Amino acid sequence: MTDCYTDILIIGAGPAGLAAAIAAKEQGIDSIVVLERESEPGGILRQCIHNGFGLHRFKEELTGPEYAQRDILRADELGIPLECGTTVLSVSADRTVTCVSSEKGFRKIKAGAVILAMGCRERPRGALCTPGTRCAGIYSAGTAQRFVNLEGFMPGKRVVILGSGDIGLIMARRMSLQSAEVLACVEIMPYSSGLNRNIVQCLEDYGIPLYLSHTVTDIRGRERLTGVTIAKVDEKRNPVPGTEIDFECDTLLLSCGLIPENELSLTAGVELSAATSGPVVSNTLETSVPGIFACGNVLHVHDLVDHVSEESARAGRAAAEYVQHGHSGGRFVPVADGPGVRGTVPQKVLPNSGEDLHLMFRPTDVFRSACAVVECGGREIIRKKAMIFTPGEMAEVTVRKELLDNLSDAGIIVRIEGEKQNG
Amino acid sequence: MKKSDIVIVGSGISGTSLARELSRYDASVTVLDRGPDIAEGATKANSGIVHAGYDAVPGTQKAYFNVRGASMYASLCDELSVPYRKSGAIVIGFSPEDRDTLLHLLQRGMDNGVKGLRILNREEVLQLEPNLNPEVSCALDVPESAIVSPYELAYALADDAAVNGVRFVFNENVEKICRGEEDTWEIYTGQEIYSCKIFVNCSGASGALLHNMVTGGSLRMINRRGQYYLLDRSAQLPFSRTVFQCPSPLGKGVLVSPTVHGNLLLGPNAEDIPDPLDTATTAAGMSYVLGKAARTWPGVSVRSNITNFSGVRAHLDTDDFIVGAVSGAYGAYEAIGIESPGLSSAPAIAVYLAEMIAGDHSLTKKTEVIPYTPPLRPFRDMNDEERAAAVSGNPEYGNIICRCETVTEAEIRAAIRRPVGAKSIDGVKRRTRAGMGRCQGGFCSPRVAQIISEETGIPLQEITKDGGNSRILSGSVRTFLKGGNRE
Repeated sequence: MTDCYTDILIIGAGPAGLAAAIAAKEQGIDSIVVLERESEPGGILRQCIHNGFGLHRFKEELTGPEYAQRDILRADELGIPLECGTTVLSVSADRTVTCVSSEKGFRKIKAGAVILAMGCRERPRGALCTPGTRCAGIYSAGTAQRFVNLEGFMPGKRVVILGSGDIGLIMARRMSLQSAEVLACVEIMPYSSGLNRNIVQCLEDYGIPLYLSHTVTDIRGRERLTGVTIAKVDEKRNPVPGTEIDFECDTLLLSCGLIPENELSLTAGVELSAATSGPVVSNTLETSVPGIFACGNVLHVHDLVDHVSEESARAGRAAAEYVQHGHSGGRFVPVADGPGVRGTVPQKVLPNSGEDLHLMFRPTDVFRSACAVVECGGREIIRKKAMIFTPGEMAEVTVRKELLDNLSDAGIIVRIEGEKQNG
Repeated sequence: MKKSDIVIVGSGISGTSLARELSRYDASVTVLDRGPDIAEGATKANSGIVHAGYDAVPGTQKAYFNVRGASMYASLCDELSVPYRKSGAIVIGFSPEDRDTLLHLLQRGMDNGVKGLRILNREEVLQLEPNLNPEVSCALDVPESAIVSPYELAYALADDAAVNGVRFVFNENVEKICRGEEDTWEIYTGQEIYSCKIFVNCSGASGALLHNMVTGGSLRMINRRGQYYLLDRSAQLPFSRTVFQCPSPLGKGVLVSPTVHGNLLLGPNAEDIPDPLDTATTAAGMSYVLGKAARTWPGVSVRSNITNFSGVRAHLDTDDFIVGAVSGAYGAYEAIGIESPGLSSAPAIAVYLAEMIAGDHSLTKKTEVIPYTPPLRPFRDMNDEERAAAVSGNPEYGNIICRCETVTEAEIRAAIRRPVGAKSIDGVKRRTRAGMGRCQGGFCSPRVAQIISEETGIPLQEITKDGGNSRILSGSVRTFLKGGNRE
């Protein structure tokens, strides 16, 4: 068992971990280690071979591997060690990270600051409690994507997709391009949880029907999947008898939501938010445990990697600041979800921090011609209009630093004002 | 035609227990199973409880074998390194009628020779299990009740039997059994004929079918399905012991129980179905289980549910096991109707049958038995020093394949190399727990498939979830590009 020290230890070499590492290094931190459980850096981007990444950050359309490669090359230039094939087993509140790899064995590394960048995982079938058989042919969309794009194998030929998350939509197109027949995309909510551009480019362009307010009510097939039944659901999401449609298919892909992967955060005693399933953080992205920061999809699930990189760079700078100047501490004021808003990050803010505040949140419903309103102590400080707010697209409001100078203890409330779209 | 002295049909807990007992004798033993692996029937899908024996009616086969079998478990599981824990159980009651039932069970238990039984009042039971429904009024305390991993026990029994000479043959569905020359039995599977002097029916759901093939009789078996919820280990366990409700004529009712691996099990219901292989779950069955579990545990939450499954009980009209020689069919033996408490009874049934068979056919004990070698120690069970030593001794211990359950490449390779090794994703899962966690194999199944392919030489696209036609892939991306799919 080797015991060693590093200034900043980052868990995960996906887009979040890479951006955090680069930012921390550029801030003057020399001793940085990035631990990655896969054999290559890049995270989930490695299997996202479609384009559409980087429009905000690089002003051009890149594929996932291209986007990741830019950060990997930059990390390389800066001499940041990316230790792949290394799985972190636990993190303690005093920032001792226990990890294991075939190459370096079992180690404990003490860190000045830890950045959690483990990403998220997909909601599996069990979490949906869908009845039926437990045959082969049922995959989370990301697992299928890995099979097709990294391993070069097709999971099946006739496909139904449950859930309209972005990975499911992307896989609808990917499987269609590989001559599979995608019969339906089935979404239990009255709206899609994916980006609108993906609905258009991945379903509509390929003539794949989207069944909103429907779910899978039966799964058939003893060995390999032979078919599924879908049915319309009522307002309480219970299936409506008599609305069943049967599909003969050999593959069911699940794209029913992503869950930030915080098992390691819990080993360190990091407080989690029920709304995001990610850590509760301050405006410096520091968790409830001093010196442990979080960014990217482990903090809250993002739609765009560009936002992940931007957020993670802030976490990297904040961790560098922590190592260089110690814990800033002070009096935090809360940031709360108001009507129409869920999962605002950060959940607390330090007034007079001298930096703009980036608030990210998800609308609870679809709102048209609506406004996102930020209030402080009953006073409206920001009002931002939008044509549409939808749960499938994260909303963002930036509060300029001048507005944060004299925050009252009542804190900040974010809400959406406008017309809620029914069903 | 394949010849052996003894053929056992069925490799569930009954078949594997008996195979191990018979492997101690000088006789060639073949075990046939219709499934692709050990324990593919009720053994992989039950509550995993070693019942103390208060439930069975005194004087029945169930009572006789349950108490004897349960008393063998601790040393058996220790010898085979199988997870087992005497965590205790309570049967809870809500009414004066329930209290009468509990007193009745107490009496039965004492008649059957179960130790430590006592009736608890409301305060006592709530002190033991504070998360119980506060409406509980009384309970039967069963300290001798235990939990075990039933399929892991079957794997260990099979491995032990196999290294001592027993041959296991899978995917063999018995179609016909008839008399051969010189009092032999000929077992037809469609692919092969197995000839033997001694035939033992341990075939679970097909028990009556095979019984009738041998006797020409018309024994009827009821397929009684039970559905379950299995919650993730991350869920806070509400109870430290198994909690039963008062039994009904259909069974022991819905239990809420920790498993040996720290998961929580809710179930089963009881519904009679036509097809013994129909292990689907249904919305109605799952909703029933949830409703009943809420009576025990008002805070019931399936937010952390990781899977639902069901198993089919092999129930006989007589509500008892049939164990022994098949009357009027020399050389044929059976253990059928082995529903609950079948798991608890299996070790005792095996010893009883093996001794009967050895006596009837003058089998002699082998002079040497090869001792059991447990599979690689799980990484997740080790402390820091042991982990450090394990990885430095074998770098494959340093490669975590299943992140949810912390299963390493070393353990997965070892599971495939076991005497009766894993050949499928589910086979690896049940032997190592890879894929049994919260992501349900989303991350690790492609890697597990790759390792199985490397170890067995089976091409990746032919790897199955659980044998047969349960292939996980349908072909290479290249074939599809060439339009292979449309042809």
